[in-house]
Amino acid sequence: MKNKSLISINDYSKEEQLKILQVAGEFEKTPVQNILKGHVIASLFFEPSTRTRLSFESAINRLGGKIVGFSEATNTSVQKGESLRDTILTVANYSDLIIMRNPMEGSARFASEISPVPIINAGDGSNQHPTQTLLDLYSIRKTQNKLDNLNVAFVGDLKYGRTVHSLVIALCNYNTTFHLVSPVELKLPSSVKMYVKEKNLEYHQYVELEEVIPEVDVLYMTRIQKERFSDPLEYERIKNFYVLKHDMIEQTKENLKVLHPLPRVNEIEIGVDKSSKAYYFEQALNGVYVRQALISLILGLK
Amino acid sequence: MSKKIKELKVSAIENGTVIDHIPANAVFQVIKILKLDKFENMILFGTNLESKKYGSKGIVKVSNKFFKPEEVNRIALVAPHASMIEIKDFRVARKTIVEIPNEITGIVKCFNPNCITNHEQIIQKFTVVDKEDLRLKCHYCEKITVKNNMTFL
Ligand SMILES: [Zn+2]
Repeated sequence: MKNKSLISINDYSKEEQLKILQVAGEFEKTPVQNILKGHVIASLFFEPSTRTRLSFESAINRLGGKIVGFSEATNTSVQKGESLRDTILTVANYSDLIIMRNPMEGSARFASEISPVPIINAGDGSNQHPTQTLLDLYSIRKTQNKLDNLNVAFVGDLKYGRTVHSLVIALCNYNTTFHLVSPVELKLPSSVKMYVKEKNLEYHQYVELEEVIPEVDVLYMTRIQKERFSDPLEYERIKNFYVLKHDMIEQTKENLKVLHPLPRVNEIEIGVDKSSKAYYFEQALNGVYVRQALISLILGLK
Repeated sequence: MSKKIKELKVSAIENGTVIDHIPANAVFQVIKILKLDKFENMILFGTNLESKKYGSKGIVKVSNKFFKPEEVNRIALVAPHASMIEIKDFRVARKTIVEIPNEITGIVKCFNPNCITNHEQIIQKFTVVDKEDLRLKCHYCEKITVKNNMTFL
């Protein structure tokens, strides 16, 4: 994995992904390790994403590394019209690794092709966000003690949610049974379903949420985004379609865990938070360990 | 007899390549894709010619030029049934049918307005995920460009 950019989750083999999860487990036990001393990491956020940026920065700080970069594109050379090509080539001079978030799809792949230092994609528009997928895999394995043969439900916006797409694709390596719950308008696209079919995995599609919950080991909730709808009334109707309430997870499997990439709007009621089955806040914390693991492996320090 | 008259509509060449069975509306695209607009030898072309198979067709004849298969396959997107005939001494030396390649570079524009290739100087690159329906997956944004929203560079 040394010097290997991570742009899409499929850039890394199943073995490489499992290696990252294993090293992440070591960081969970000993989060502060001074192995990045003397290294400089560039963090280029062409659009703000506080959650992802802080998670990466926390990971780098716990490893003793230094960060250069920006948290939004205003007041930078980018705003003056500098091309991405020039920004990457310049920043590569100052750093050993570049973490980039950019609103344009394909920007991270392009950066990885021109950059002399490896790139970690922290989100390229609606396309990929592979470190989210790794932390999701880590969270599933940690709570279920395995990744193989699980029943996983995805709920909400399955059409536009890149988090869902990448995780579905990643889970195709583990003989997962998929339960896909969405309004008809927001079904999982065929380009993603293709991976499930290729592996001959079982999948079921539903419009109603309630009947699915008792069947599954993992319930992956997502936010339905307002900007996906041209008709605001349609959004209001669909938004309230899938709201997880505390009583809905009472008669379910012991090992059920509710995951959510956050931020949530109203799709999980606050009352669910205190349940031992709610896992979304711990899930976010796992992102730090996974990012520590990824950075150290790419820099050849683990 | 009628065959002979038809062939005379676009004169024969001594040495070179004939690209036949081009859809009548795609002749100029074929010329552009093969960069023949910058070519200096003799080029003959005809369009809206009668074709038994397709109703009407176009044909391009390029003097003293032979194409590599990967060069000529670039036209498969606009002329999927075209055939390439190599002529030597006025005789057919070789005939091949074009094939849609697995990868397409620098011909088609990604339909996604938010794709980086539409904002920086980048050579467009696709993998063909479906040859029947012509579905191209962008190497950069990973979105699918389909036949209906394909524009040629
Ligand atoms: Zn694209």
